[in-house]
Order: sequence, then structure tokens, then C-alpha cells
Amino acid sequence: MFNIPTNSFYAMSTILGLLVIASLTRLFLAWKKPDKDYTELRQRIQSWWIMIIILFVVLVFSQTTAIVFFGFLSFLALKEFLSIVPMRQSDRSAIFWAYMAIPVQYYWISQAWYGMFIIFIPVYMFLFLPLRMVLVGETKGFIKAAGTIHWSLMLTVFCISHIAYLLVLPEKNQAAGPVGLVLFILFMTQFNDVCQYIWGKLLGRHKIIPKVSPNKTWEGFLGGLFTVTLSCGFVAPLLTPLSFNQGLLAGLLISGSGFIGDVVISSVKRDLQIKDSGHLIPGHGGILDRLDSLTFTAPLFFHFTYYLAY
Amino acid sequence: MLSRILKILFFGLLVKPLVFLGLGLNVRGRNNLPNNGPAIIAANHNSHLDTMVLMSMYPLSVIDKIRPVAAADYFLANKFVAWLSLNIIGIIPLDRSGKTKREELFSGCHEALDNNCILLIFPEGSRGEPEQMSQLKKGIYHIIKDRENTHVTPVVMHGLGRALPRGEALFVPFNCDVIIGEPVQNYKSSNEFLEQLLQSYLKLFEYCITRNSDPEKL
Repeated sequence: MFNIPTNSFYAMSTILGLLVIASLTRLFLAWKKPDKDYTELRQRIQSWWIMIIILFVVLVFSQTTAIVFFGFLSFLALKEFLSIVPMRQSDRSAIFWAYMAIPVQYYWISQAWYGMFIIFIPVYMFLFLPLRMVLVGETKGFIKAAGTIHWSLMLTVFCISHIAYLLVLPEKNQAAGPVGLVLFILFMTQFNDVCQYIWGKLLGRHKIIPKVSPNKTWEGFLGGLFTVTLSCGFVAPLLTPLSFNQGLLAGLLISGSGFIGDVVISSVKRDLQIKDSGHLIPGHGGILDRLDSLTFTAPLFFHFTYYLAY
Repeated sequence: MLSRILKILFFGLLVKPLVFLGLGLNVRGRNNLPNNGPAIIAANHNSHLDTMVLMSMYPLSVIDKIRPVAAADYFLANKFVAWLSLNIIGIIPLDRSGKTKREELFSGCHEALDNNCILLIFPEGSRGEPEQMSQLKKGIYHIIKDRENTHVTPVVMHGLGRALPRGEALFVPFNCDVIIGEPVQNYKSSNEFLEQLLQSYLKLFEYCITRNSDPEKL
């Protein structure tokens, strides 16, 4: 149907099914407890619908649209990051060039030029940006500014662009197609967030890092790790070139690194004393609040799979 | 009629896409934004983009009812800018030289308010240094003094002074905060009015999430 490989089609249908269940549960809750305010939950689920429908449409439409879409996500995330962190007025020109790296990085991906994709930002951009800043000549606060711009480019462009590169890898799992890998990493990362949250709500007692995220508990983390690892073991052979055992390892990697990505962005926000990085997605906050775990899971899962299967 | 069409095209095809994609707004208190005139929006001023951002918050169907009050000496100095400002943006020029008498000075504003327009006024009078407030001016008070039906809604914006600061031609995308407060009420004199406006600005600034990004925090 719609030229989507069978397994990816089933994956998409499952995700839409889960959304229907979420919406129905929300309606049931609102009906059972009419005096309680479920506005945030409603906004959250509505935003999920919108995000997932947009994602599915671009993934199904064409490879190019999907690559442009992930490039646009990188742009939104980089913009959000640079808008909340301390920046000097004199860094505007360097930041302009940091934005310019996005179309170039995604161009390498569209050409499936792996070597350039992997070195463009950490070599060429990281050497060029300080040069641009030196030409402006403001030395007060230089180190912090250079560090901030580099790191933001690393997280929001380099790391996120790994999702798009999954689309241009040679096809190894005919039943899933290139879309399968993207669905796998996106779904498992978000599923991990949800599982850690639910396990934490149910059993959470012992805090992991109370200074950064008071709601994160060992019970939540381990519960999520267990659920996601097992799910990845069963789903990986369907959507990716990985076997059951390799899928289990991928699950451990996604769950562990997803947690780290989450608390890293939390630390950034805590440092700046803000709760959300933006107001773009109703019920979720900013785009970074949604992409936080992915900045860690995407590159790690990519290289894990790339090493084992390509 | 033609200028209304041009205005709608200008905002629909250029300003709105630029504001929502190139900039990105963190809006708080959208419900406080007055839906119809006569009303006044009093915002802080850092960049030419301030006007564009505020106007882009309104649907295209009422965009010609939103009238920025702008310095005549600046916007009418050059022929092309004057044409654009008067016909497309629809500014109400204000003489900053001090030569015009007070009654005449605000006649354009009063006329627009009589036509149920929403005026955008920047009480700092100038863009000033990026992201810093200047002394507020009393003009707004004199505009609304005898008009009980006209309320002043304070709006605080932050971040635009980085996207396009004064004297810079290079536009760099940044998210910006737009925080809309409740109308200023219960004042008896111009000083009381300004004090209340200033207080609500300070309160609204606390909701800005891009504010920790200011260079002194580095």
C-alpha cells in the first residue's frame, strides 16, 4: 500500500493504533473524572498526532522530502538552542555560518557521501567557525562562545542528521525498506522515554540524579531499559538488518543513551533556569524537549548498525 | 483597496513566513491580545522586526486595522521607505521634533482610534541599545487621556535585538519571546500610568525564556 514496504506499513499502523488508544484513554479519563483538568494531556496527545502524521507523510512521500524534513528539524533545534544559551552580539556572523552548515550537511546525505557526512561538521565546520570569530575580533568570552556554538552544532545538526543518513543506506531488509530503520530509532527512543516515565510513576523510589532531574528514578530507568531492550530484540529483525540478539544490544544502547540525552538537555535548561526550551509544540515545550534523547540515540544506534550490518 | 491587497500579500507571503520560520515565537498570554479596536499595544522596542512580529500575530483579515505609530523623521525621509511605510505597513507618522503642537501631534492616532484601529506604540521612542529598556515617554497617556473605551495592553519582546539589531544588515534566525500582559488600568496621572506600564513590563520580562542568553550572563 502506498509503496511502503510491508513491515514498515505494519509499524506505522501500530503507531497510529497506539495513538488511537492514547486518545481513547484520555477521553475515558475525562469522562470518569470530569472535574480534573486534563488540558496538558490533551495537548500532548494532540501534538503527538500532528507530529506523527507529518512524519509519516514526509517519510512516505519521497526520500528527498524526508531528508529536507530532518534538515528543517535540525534548523529548528539549532535555532532554539542558540536562542536560550548565552551568546555575544558579536557571534551573530559565526552563528549565521553555523546555520549554513545545515543545508550542506544534508546535501552530503542526499548524495550518500558517507566520508563527507561524517567529517564535515567535526572537521571543517569546527575549524572554520573559530576562524570566523577571530575575524570579528572580540576576544572577551571567546572560549565559551566557541564552545557553545560547536556543541550546539554537534547535537542539533551532526547527531540529528544521522537519522536522515539511515534513509540512504543500502537496502538490507527488503521487507522494511530504508524507512524501517528510521521508524525503529524514532519509535524506540520515544517509547523509551514513555516507558521510563511510566515505570518511574509506578515503582519509582530511588532517585538517580536528584540535582538534575528530580523525577528520574532507578526503577524508572531499569524498567524502561528492560522493556525497550526486549521490544528491540523482537522488533529489530522486522524493521532493521539486525538479528534478535543484536536487537537486544541495540535496545540496551538506545535505552541507556536516550536517558543520557534527556538529562543532558535537562542540565542545559536547569543551568539557564528555564523549564522548556521553547513553546513550539503545545504540551511538550520546544523542539529540543522532544529531540533531547534522539541527539544521543540516533548517532549511537546508527554506528552500531553500520558496524554490524554494512 | 489596492493598498489593502498589497498589505495582505506583503504580510501573507513575506512577513508571516519570515516571522514563523526565520524567527519563531515563544508566545505567552495570547488571550490578552486585543481582538478589535479601539485599542493600543505598548511594546518595548529593539528592532524593526518588533512591528513585523506584532502585526504577524493578527490574522490577515484584520491586518489593515493594525497601525504602527512610527517616527516621521525616520520613515518618511526616503521616498521608497515612505511609500512602503505609509501604503503597505500603514504607519501613522509621528513628528518627534517637538515643533508640532500636542493637539495636532496625535490627530492621526485619534482618527485611527475613531476608526476602531489597534495602534502599536513603542513608548521608548527609539530602538536604543539591543535588548535594553530606555526611558518610557508619556505620549500614550496623552493619546488615551480622554478616551475611556481605549485600553493599553503591554507587550514585552525579547530576542529580536539579536536577530536584526540596529544598524546591522545581516539577519540571523533566533527564537524570540512575545509576552502579552493584561491592560494597564486605574491611573490618575501620566506618571502613575508610566509607573504601571513599567511595572508590568518588568513582570512580563520574567516570563521570557531567551533572556538568560544576554551577554552579561556569559
